[in-house]
Amino acid sequence: MNEPYFQPNESGHFGPYGGRFVAETLTSALDQLESLYLQAREDESFQSVLAGHLKDFSGRPTPLYYAERLSEHLGVRVHLKREDLNHTGAHKLNSTIGQALLARRANKRRVIAETGAGQHGVATATVAARFGFDCCVYMGSEDIERQSLNVYRMRLLGAEVVPVDSGSRTLKDAMTEALRDWVTNVDDTYYIIGSAAGPHPYPMMVRDFQRVMGVEARAQFMDAHARLPDVLVACVGGGSNAIGLFHPFIEDTAVRMVGVEAGGEGIASGRHSATLVAGREGVLHGSKSYLLSDADGQVSATHSISAGLDYPGVGPEHSLLKDLGRVEYACVNDEQALDAFRLTNRLEGIMPALESSHAIAWVVENASELRGLDVLINLSGRGDKDVQTVAKCDGVEI
Amino acid sequence: MNRIDALFASLRARHRKAFTAFITAGDPSLEVTPHAMRALVAGGADLLELGIPFSDPESDGPDIQAASMRALDKSSPTRLADVMAIARAFRAHNQDTPLVLMGYVNSLLAYGIEAFARDARESGVDGAVLVNLPIEEFHEIRPVFEREQLSAVFLVAPTTSEARAAKIADEASGFLYYVSLKGVTGAAHLDFDDLAAQTMRLRALTDMPIQIGFGIRSPQAAAQAAPYADGLIVGSALVKRMAELERTPEDIPDALQHMAGEFRAAIDRTSTH
Repeated sequence: MNEPYFQPNESGHFGPYGGRFVAETLTSALDQLESLYLQAREDESFQSVLAGHLKDFSGRPTPLYYAERLSEHLGVRVHLKREDLNHTGAHKLNSTIGQALLARRANKRRVIAETGAGQHGVATATVAARFGFDCCVYMGSEDIERQSLNVYRMRLLGAEVVPVDSGSRTLKDAMTEALRDWVTNVDDTYYIIGSAAGPHPYPMMVRDFQRVMGVEARAQFMDAHARLPDVLVACVGGGSNAIGLFHPFIEDTAVRMVGVEAGGEGIASGRHSATLVAGREGVLHGSKSYLLSDADGQVSATHSISAGLDYPGVGPEHSLLKDLGRVEYACVNDEQALDAFRLTNRLEGIMPALESSHAIAWVVENASELRGLDVLINLSGRGDKDVQTVAKCDGVEI
Repeated sequence: MNRIDALFASLRARHRKAFTAFITAGDPSLEVTPHAMRALVAGGADLLELGIPFSDPESDGPDIQAASMRALDKSSPTRLADVMAIARAFRAHNQDTPLVLMGYVNSLLAYGIEAFARDARESGVDGAVLVNLPIEEFHEIRPVFEREQLSAVFLVAPTTSEARAAKIADEASGFLYYVSLKGVTGAAHLDFDDLAAQTMRLRALTDMPIQIGFGIRSPQAAAQAAPYADGLIVGSALVKRMAELERTPEDIPDALQHMAGEFRAAIDRTSTH
């Protein structure tokens, strides 16, 4: 692609994807949100308040860290964008701060969110505490079980965590339930969506708030090396950490970009969450995008060891970037992600989230092809929340 | 003239209000659904809405969501092709009652829009409501529906602006589905003063029949809402009764006929005054 990249269009479409596939009750709320956001985006005082919170509350910029021992081990020059050092331990706060400021601007008293791994729930509960909103977080009951640490963190922050028992009891069902809440309470409630997914303007807005990672990483790499990295790698569930890193590099066509999905127990097993690798066009949760669904359009129950990637949909911009061939999408399985998790712990003294471990695992698996290249991985979150899951895999009760 | 238009023309001439009954196809089984449909008509339903079961019904409340799950959560889940077969089975005995399918966009994408419209028409379906299809996304589908003479029913919400409601009325056919409350299907708290104001606003924009749905939980609520519209849509209340009879599905047709009769009587009491 050689043309300037400017997405989405005015109606919120990324090529054939995106749009606003929601019940009519929400349309006016989305219209209002869109104009609220577009005004804020151009408003210097909003941007400077946001920048202040990102710096002093969240602790940005996060470092771009050269992982020396991992690099030596793999024969690849590995640079980690340390979103695990962002406040609350993941990139999610970048967007929840921005959206909390919008909720305040719109005089809402209550915020709601869906969460999978709990990182977005924690980030939402955190800004709700910081800005004084009531907060309700929907979370699948299966995820509540495997992410109990984050559940308790949210409660300590004053949020109500509502278990969702429908469907596969994971992120997809939590988002469906959050949409139901929003339809019902649209007057006083702001829905803070965690990924660059959902109906327009969310995919654009969340991407814009998450771009800070790519903008920082680009400048940090340039400062250190006076050129751009060769390859960017990020995990993709809904895709917010990936789009935030990739977006400022899209027109730099020499930079290869790889999104890594959750291969679960392998594509052939059917137990995976690799939407872009194995899905097809569909509509779920407000936008058209690639989707894992069966021949009759029923949304598939997905699987991943990482709750944050365990989602059958994906943000619409990733679907366009796949079709354009600008970003490659691959997947690694649970076992490979676990190995990468352990490797990064032992060689770097860094505990990546199981989500981010998928991105590292792809680099491990492709190290021979990447030999000598500068590879920038988005270490989108820290893995403390996953210790129980990993211990369980090891047969250890803690 | 399609059956929906004929129905409302006839009702208007007689100063009567429509009673539309919703159930989910395949709930509790493919065998029961056609009997349930016939029972609803026998009890007094003018128009039937048949839900296409979907795994993630984000606009539906717990009752209709559970109905979808009952239709899907079994060894042979209810497929869209089965919904078409139910429509044909119903039409074999009933040539007059309009039948509208209600569902979510992804079911149609998987089936194919062209195939859906053709098969629906051939199965005796008169229209469709796609809950998560906004008018902005209708342009590709509209010619296909028009070719097959399927009505495209759209929702109008309390939050819909007048300008947008006018646009929706331009795109819609058959009737407008006025969502009587903010929320999901089957929720409580219907505000009748607000309903009166909202439907009056909508009436000024279009001559198209307006049916009120979401929140008509009882014959009393139907009676109270009837003066403000051309028809009432009842779903969750019927579906909930069906769920109670899950263990004795042979009792479902009689129970639905009885309930339909109560709604019918309540609606007619107010609309013929």
